[in-house]
Amino acid sequence: MPVTTINGRGIHVDDEGFLTVYDEWDEDLGKALAAQIGIDMTDAHWKVIRFLREDFATQFETATTRRVETVGGVPTKEQFKLFPKKPQKKMAYIAGLPKPRGCV
Amino acid sequence: MTATESAPAIVPDFGDDEDTGRKLAIICSKGNLDMAYPGLILANAALGEGVETHMFFTFWGFDMITKSRMHNLQFTPAGNAAMHLPVGDVRLPQLLAPLPGMTTAATKLLKKSIADLGVPEVPDFLDQIVAAGGHLWGCRMSADMMKLEEKDLRDDVEGILTAADFIVLTNGAQLLFI
Repeated sequence: MPVTTINGRGIHVDDEGFLTVYDEWDEDLGKALAAQIGIDMTDAHWKVIRFLREDFATQFETATTRRVETVGGVPTKEQFKLFPKKPQKKMAYIAGLPKPRGCV
Repeated sequence: MTATESAPAIVPDFGDDEDTGRKLAIICSKGNLDMAYPGLILANAALGEGVETHMFFTFWGFDMITKSRMHNLQFTPAGNAAMHLPVGDVRLPQLLAPLPGMTTAATKLLKKSIADLGVPEVPDFLDQIVAAGGHLWGCRMSADMMKLEEKDLRDDVEGILTAADFIVLTNGAQLLFI
């Protein structure tokens, strides 16, 4: 499994670059990951990312956009605004989680 | 410069810089509950990948966007030889499929299976698709045939189009007929 360096830290990632070790992530790293894909984190972004982290800790699966809306309370439209074009994958990447497995 | 200089970070390529111009058009022609979902799931997935998506509702698929009908789509085991019971691989004998109450029971069962997966009901799913930037269109001939107008349809249906309008609109799109 590749190790890459972001923010001066070695982190384990899959071939695409998604983090593979849940505990290697913290908010500083999240901010650096966001910067890598051109996203400047605001409170609204953090609300989504924190939800994804907490949800994964109990569900062991990355929440889909649907779940971020119904359980996390962030409407789909806003998710597309915060993480343009491909919200689901971008949110997972910044949160240091695998790509969601669910179809919806 | 030293030999230990680190390689560039591995970062996913979300393809933001390239404008692929990819477009998807999905024609929904069925009004059975089970046949409403393939189009919805694919539209939702395409939007999540940044693909411009248009859904065109025609014939029985018109029920998916008709206010008075969209909450009551049904699933029938009649004529579906693959209909198995919720346990194991037991198939429902086709002779039993048309019995009274069977469609109601099968619809309830399917709705529950879908809800258990966290997948929304049809009207909610269309809400999500529109929120994600999807476009909904009605079919002119179906509207005329069913004597329905724009006011009878979901408010977010952008218009009722003729077949020719739709062909023009989906110029260059990949197309799915369901």
